[in-house]
Amino acid sequence: MRRFFQVAWLVMRKDLRVETRSWEMVSTTLFFAVSCVLVFSFAFVRGGRAIEGAASGILWIAVAFSGTLALGRAFERERYQDAMRALLMAPVERSAIYLGKLLGIVLLMATVEVVVVVAIVFTFRAPLFAYPGYLAALLATGTVGFATVGTLFAAMLLRTRSRGVLLPILLYPVTFPVLIAGVGGTVALMGADPNLDLARFWTALLLFFDAVFLTLALWTFEPVMTE
Amino acid sequence: MMAMSARLFSGLLAVAAIMFVGAPILIVGAPYESTMGLIQKIFYFHVPSWIAMFLAVFICGVSSAVYLFRGKASADRLAATAAELAVLFGLMGLTTGPLWAIKAWGVWWQWDARLTMALILELIFIAYIMLRAYGGPGSEKLAAGLALFGMANVPFVYISVNVWRTIHPTTDVLPNLSASAPGMFWPIVWCFLAFLVLFGVLLMARMRLEALRARIDAIHLALEA
Amino acid sequence: MTRPSWLPTMIAGVGLILVVSIMMGGASLDASSQIQPAQDEFIPLEQVPPGDQLPAAPLLVAAYILIWLAVLVYVWSIWRRMMTVERELAIMAKSGEDQ
Repeated sequence: MRRFFQVAWLVMRKDLRVETRSWEMVSTTLFFAVSCVLVFSFAFVRGGRAIEGAASGILWIAVAFSGTLALGRAFERERYQDAMRALLMAPVERSAIYLGKLLGIVLLMATVEVVVVVAIVFTFRAPLFAYPGYLAALLATGTVGFATVGTLFAAMLLRTRSRGVLLPILLYPVTFPVLIAGVGGTVALMGADPNLDLARFWTALLLFFDAVFLTLALWTFEPVMTE
Repeated sequence: MMAMSARLFSGLLAVAAIMFVGAPILIVGAPYESTMGLIQKIFYFHVPSWIAMFLAVFICGVSSAVYLFRGKASADRLAATAAELAVLFGLMGLTTGPLWAIKAWGVWWQWDARLTMALILELIFIAYIMLRAYGGPGSEKLAAGLALFGMANVPFVYISVNVWRTIHPTTDVLPNLSASAPGMFWPIVWCFLAFLVLFGVLLMARMRLEALRARIDAIHLALEA
Repeated sequence: MTRPSWLPTMIAGVGLILVVSIMMGGASLDASSQIQPAQDEFIPLEQVPPGDQLPAAPLLVAAYILIWLAVLVYVWSIWRRMMTVERELAIMAKSGEDQ
């Protein structure tokens, strides 16, 4: 059991080390996410005031789009010199490799989200910091849910033709519940009369989603990656 | 074996035809619903098509799991078939639903929990078919993984309408029918059985296609060896 | 297939999370807003008020036609693919005989 987490940690550290050499993924994903927010603010903010509920939607769209981008690129790296195959041949439990990659992606997405939240607060004048604890819980559970499914699918599609376009096609329908719950919870937190019970409900649903799909992903990673 | 399944197929086909011819007769005879009137009669085809879709999703999910964890090729063929049927019956539900909705609710679509989740399921299985079509060799296992995730979404669909109550009639409607509206009970059972038989017929036909394709692949492999 | 080492812990974890989620979620459910109370049953009616009849009929008919169309198109699609496959099999059988 301990070995399992050790392997996951090692894989994550490897990804981190590669990333800190160039900062390529963090910078490009951040740039993309902020551009998203800017484009949307151009469309939805008129005279300094945003359309109602726009900020919540844009937050999660930015998370989803930049997450998909990051996922594609994170695994593209593993294609060079057949790195993924080498990883899979290691005498460790394969789902530990999955967990390691997942942790790396979650870390990346969390970094991007911090910046995105700040960007939205400024461009949309949205009271996102009214209930920081609740928002953090929503974002955390939502990110883990999205990344759980995304990491598995991106790994699955590594050797597939048309993988660039297939990843979003596969990923978005399966993660709609995450996005809906995220937006629902965020909307409940903002607005003139915040409904904290509702936000808690959506967070609970996200937690449940995370549990179910993380288990499923850990279980299916090995058979799906085996040729 | 072949002769028996051919006879079974023809038999089921005949049954399906009879049932579908008989359905409108029963439906016309059924009483009207008080709040929705005539348009409610779409329900006799709308609900069974969704039940058929969920059945297809379940079959696809289970056979995908069997294929992933046991490696049985026949399970993969069944999964591919079931996915197509899921998309087909889902499409029926998604088209009859808005036709009912525009009259009953005044809008074509509502982002309520069940409709949203039903649309999601449909998209997942369209994605499944696309993955198998465009993914190239080896995409069967990936599609199986996708189907498992799709099936895992189904509880979220079903719980959502009871937990998060909105405009859509709840799932309690059907069990209450025999008590509250006996005239509606038999038509819906008839239609439900009709769809079930239709499902079986389409499943058999499509499986035969998959079996033939598998035979061609096997011959190709044998020739290369 | 050997049981993964993390499985018991995972099952326990999922169970715990499930319990927590239900407790958290269930508590807030009544507070959640509703658009309209949903229907629990259909109530039958013998007579339909005259104003209601005509506008619904085209929609009803369209719905049934769409279902029939969907089935027919699908059956045709299976038939077409079957023809292609059987043709290919026939070609293979013929080339097998020739060899």
